[in-house]
Amino acid sequence: MWIRKLAGAALATVGAIGLGTAAVAAEPVKIGAFLSATGPASFLGEPEKKTLEMYVERLNKDGGVLGRKIELVVYDDGGAPDKAATFAKRLIQNDGVDLIIGGSTTGTSMAAIKVVEPAGVPFISLAGGIDIIDPVKKWVFKTPHTDRMAAEKVFADMKKRGLTKIAMISEDAGFGKSGHAQSLLVAPSYGIEIVADETYSPKDPDVTAQLTKIKNTAGVQAVFNFGFGQGPAVVTKNFKQLGFTVPLYQSHGVASKDFIKLAGDAAEGVRLPAAGLVVAEQLAAADPQKPVVTAFKKEYETAFKSDVSTFAGHAYDGLQMALAAIKRANSTDKAKVRDEIEKTSGYVGTGGVVSMSATDHMGLNLSAFHMVEIQKGDWKLAD
Amino acid sequence: MFAEFLQYVFAGLTSGAIYALAGLGFAIIYNASHVINFAQGEFIMIGGMSTATMVAAGIPLPVAAAAAVLVTMLVGVALEKFAVEPAKGADVTAIIIITIGASIFLRGAAQIIWDKEFHALPAFSGETPIAVLGATLMPQSVWVVGVSMVVIAALWWFFNRTLFGKAMLATSFNRLAAQLVGIGVKKVLMVSFALSAMLGAVGGIVMTPITFTNYEAGIMLGLKGFSAAVLGGLGNGLGAIVGGLVVGIAEALASGYLSSAYKDAIAFVIILFVLFFMPSGLFGKKGTDRV
Amino acid sequence: MMLSPRTGGLAALAFVVSLAPAFFPNAYFYDVAVNALFNAVVCVGLNLLIGYGGQISLGHAGFFALGAYGSAILTGTHGMSPLAALAVSAAAVGVLAFVVGRPILRLKGHYLAMATLGIGIIIHIVLKTESQITGGPDGIGVDPFTVLGLAVSGDKAWYWVGAGLLLFSVWTSLNLIDSPMGRALRAVHGSEVGAEVVGVDTGRYKVLVFTLSAVFASVVGSLFAHKNGFITPDIGSFFRSIELVTMVVLGGMASTFGAVVGAVILTLLPQMLASFEDYEAMVLGGIMMGTMIFMPKGLLPSLRAAFKRRRAAP
Repeated sequence: MWIRKLAGAALATVGAIGLGTAAVAAEPVKIGAFLSATGPASFLGEPEKKTLEMYVERLNKDGGVLGRKIELVVYDDGGAPDKAATFAKRLIQNDGVDLIIGGSTTGTSMAAIKVVEPAGVPFISLAGGIDIIDPVKKWVFKTPHTDRMAAEKVFADMKKRGLTKIAMISEDAGFGKSGHAQSLLVAPSYGIEIVADETYSPKDPDVTAQLTKIKNTAGVQAVFNFGFGQGPAVVTKNFKQLGFTVPLYQSHGVASKDFIKLAGDAAEGVRLPAAGLVVAEQLAAADPQKPVVTAFKKEYETAFKSDVSTFAGHAYDGLQMALAAIKRANSTDKAKVRDEIEKTSGYVGTGGVVSMSATDHMGLNLSAFHMVEIQKGDWKLAD
Repeated sequence: MFAEFLQYVFAGLTSGAIYALAGLGFAIIYNASHVINFAQGEFIMIGGMSTATMVAAGIPLPVAAAAAVLVTMLVGVALEKFAVEPAKGADVTAIIIITIGASIFLRGAAQIIWDKEFHALPAFSGETPIAVLGATLMPQSVWVVGVSMVVIAALWWFFNRTLFGKAMLATSFNRLAAQLVGIGVKKVLMVSFALSAMLGAVGGIVMTPITFTNYEAGIMLGLKGFSAAVLGGLGNGLGAIVGGLVVGIAEALASGYLSSAYKDAIAFVIILFVLFFMPSGLFGKKGTDRV
Repeated sequence: MMLSPRTGGLAALAFVVSLAPAFFPNAYFYDVAVNALFNAVVCVGLNLLIGYGGQISLGHAGFFALGAYGSAILTGTHGMSPLAALAVSAAAVGVLAFVVGRPILRLKGHYLAMATLGIGIIIHIVLKTESQITGGPDGIGVDPFTVLGLAVSGDKAWYWVGAGLLLFSVWTSLNLIDSPMGRALRAVHGSEVGAEVVGVDTGRYKVLVFTLSAVFASVVGSLFAHKNGFITPDIGSFFRSIELVTMVVLGGMASTFGAVVGAVILTLLPQMLASFEDYEAMVLGGIMMGTMIFMPKGLLPSLRAAFKRRRAAP
C-alpha cells in the first residue's frame, strides 16, 4: 500500500526533474521555435531548423544581441497541429521564451495562434496561409508570401499565355485547402474559369484517380496544384505518367530542390511563383534583393552542402526581423518588441522588401514574387 | 468510359500486388506461429528505404536491391529471435502488443538510421507510359506485377517441391505432429520470418519508384496487407494473394467512382464486412478451438 | 493497520493527486498533468475491457475522438450547453458501441483485434474527411466548458476536475469488479466456455463492458476538447489507440491502479523525451516489447508479486 504512495511521489519527482525547472534566467534572449523537421513537411522544417541554429550560433559568436547571448529552443512538431499547440504552450510556460519563430505549415501555425494570442507573445510564422495574418492578429506576423499572392501570380501568368480554362487539384488540409479557397476567390478577376476541381490528402501515395477525372474533363488548358511537401511531387509524377500535355503550375510550397529530386523528370516545365532567393544569380543587377539573397545562398550552401530553398530564407528573414525589432526596442519586453516588429520598414530579405504596418503583418507585395520554370532540374526565371 | 475504368484497374492491380505480397507474408508467419506480425509493413519500408539510400550513394540497383533484401531478412530473423521467441506461450493480446511495439521500434530506428525525408528510386526501365486501350500503364507497374508473380511462383515451388518447404507446411497443419516427426519447429519459425521479410522487402523495392518511401511508409501498407490476409482467410496463401488484389482493385475503383477521400477506409470496411459475415475469409476453413 | 486494498488504494491516490501540484514549478506542468489524469480515466475504463473482460480493442481512441468532436460540434455549431453536449455525445457513442459490439465481440483473438482496429481507423478517416462538419485535418476550435454560467478555464481548474473524475472512475471500477458483473467478467476472462457452461451470459457482459469503456472514453474526450480549446482528428488515430492499450498493459492488466500508473508513465514519457524526440518511437516500442516479454502481467502486478515474495521469504 505504501508502495503506491511511494510510486506516486516518485513519479511526480521524476516528472519534475524530467521537465526541468522553468528557466527564469534574465540574461539570454530566449527565442523559441516549433518546426516540422519530420513528417510530410520535413523539407520545409528541416532547412528552417538548420538556418535558425546556424545563425543563432554565428550571432552568439559575434556577441549576441544587446550584449546578451541568444538561446534557441527548438521542438519538432512533425507537421501535427496539436503537437504544435502543445509545444507553443511549453515554450511559453515552461521555457519562458521572449518570442517565437516557427509554424512551418499553415495548420501548425493556426493551431499555435490559439495559444500565442491569449498569452501575448510575439509570433513570427513561417507558413503561407493568408488566414494567419488576415484578419490581423495583434501578436502574429509572417514572412512567406501568402497563398493568395501565389494564386494571383499564377493566374497572371496563365492569362498571359492565354490559358483561361483550368483544373485545380489541391491538398484537403492547411496550406493547400486555404490556397484552394483563395484561388476560387481571385480567379474571376483574372478571367480564369475553373472547370475541374479535385482534392487529395497530403499523405496520399497516388492521385491517379483524381487526375484521371481531370483528364476526362473537356477543355482543360492547364492544371494548378496547391500543396507542399510530398503531395505535389506525387501529383507531378502521376501527371506525367498519365500523359498530360497541358502545363502544370505549382505554388511556392514546392520551392525547394527536394521537390525536383522527388519528382524527377516529371518536374520539367513545371511553373511556380518563388522568392528571388532560388534564382539569385538570374536577378537583375539593380534588384535590391540581389546582394542579400546571393550572400545568404552562398552561406547556406557552404555550411550545409545542400541547395538553398525559400523555406530556409523564410526562417532567416524571421530571425533577422525579430532581432532588429529587439534592438530597436532595446529590450525583450514582449509588448515593445511586438510594436517594433510591426514597424519593420524597408527590410530587404530573401522574400522581398518588407514593410509592415498595423494592418499588414506580412509586408510583402507581388513584386517580390518571381515566376520560375523548372528546366533541366534547375530554376529558370520566367517573368 | 472504358479507358477510365481500365486506368483505375491498372492502379488497383499495382497496389494490389503489393498488398498481396504483404498479405502472403502475414500468412506465412501466421501459419508457422499463429502470430500476426504487425511489423510486416516495416519490412516493406526497410526494403524500400535501404535500396533508395544505397542507390543514392552510388551502388548499382541490382546490388542494392539484393543487399536490401538480405538486410530485411536479417531484421526479420532478429525480430523472431528477440521479440517473438521469448514470448512463447503468452496470450494473444501480449503477442499483438509485442509485434506492434516492434513495428514502432523499427520505425523509430529507421528515423535515426536514415532520416525523415522522402526517398525515391528511379524507375527500373524508364518512365515512358505505355498506352493500352486509352489508358496509360507505367512500365514500373508491369515490374511490380511481374516480380510479384515470379516471387509467388518461386514460393509455390519451395513449399510444394522442396523438403523443407513441405516441412513448413506440415508445421502449419499440426505443430505437435510435425515436432514428433522430427521437424525442427524453431528453424521453421525462423525461416518463416525470413521469408516474410523477403516478401515485404521485394514489394517495397519494386514499389518505391512509383510512390515514394519514408520511415512511415510501412504503417498503412502493413494494415492493408493484413486486411488482404484476413479477407483471403488467415493462413491461406492463395487467399492472401487474391485478397490483396481484391483490396487493391476495390480501393482504386471506389476512389475513382465514389470518393477519393475515403480510399483508405475501403480496406477496413472490407475487413469488417468479411469479419461479420464470413469470419474465416474467402478461402479459410472454419477453425475449431480446443476447450 | 491494514486497510482493504480498495479504500487504502483510493486514499493513497487521493493523497498523491492532492499533493502533486506542490511540485509543479510552472503552469505547463498542470497541462501535462491534466492530460495524464484524462488518459488515466480512459485507461481505467479500457482496463475493464482488456484486463477483466479479456477482450482487446485497438480502436478505442476512436470513441475518445467521437466524444471530443461531438462536444465540439454540438456546442460550437449548434450552441448546445457543454454539459448537454457531453451527455448526448456519450449516449451516442454508447449506442454506437452497443450496436457495433454485438457482432464484433463474437469474434476472438486476432479477428477481434482487427475488427476494433478497423472501426477505429474508419472513425479517424471519417473525422478527417467530413471537413464541412469537423474542420478536417486542420482541426476545429472548441468553446470553453461552462456549467450554469461558470466557465472552467485555466489548467489549474482542469486539474481538479480531472483529479475528481479520476477518483470517481477508480471508485466505480473497483466497485464494478466486485459486483456480479465483475465476477461474470472475470469468469469470461478465465475461460469463456467455462463461464457459459456455468450459465453466464458471456455475450451480454462482453457487450456491456465494451459499451461502458467506450462511454468512459467519450466523456473524457468531451472534457479534453473543452480543455484544449482545439482538437484535430489525430486524437482518434491508430497510434493513439495503441498508446492507450500500451498504458493499460504496461501498468498491469486487471489492475485498476495499474492502469492509472501506466497512463501517468506513458503521458510523462514523451514530455521527458521531447529533447530526444528522435528516440521517442524507439523507446516506446522498446517498452512495449520489453514489458510484454519480461513482465507480461504488467508493472504493478509484477511489482506486487515481487514484493510478496520478498515478504514471504523468512
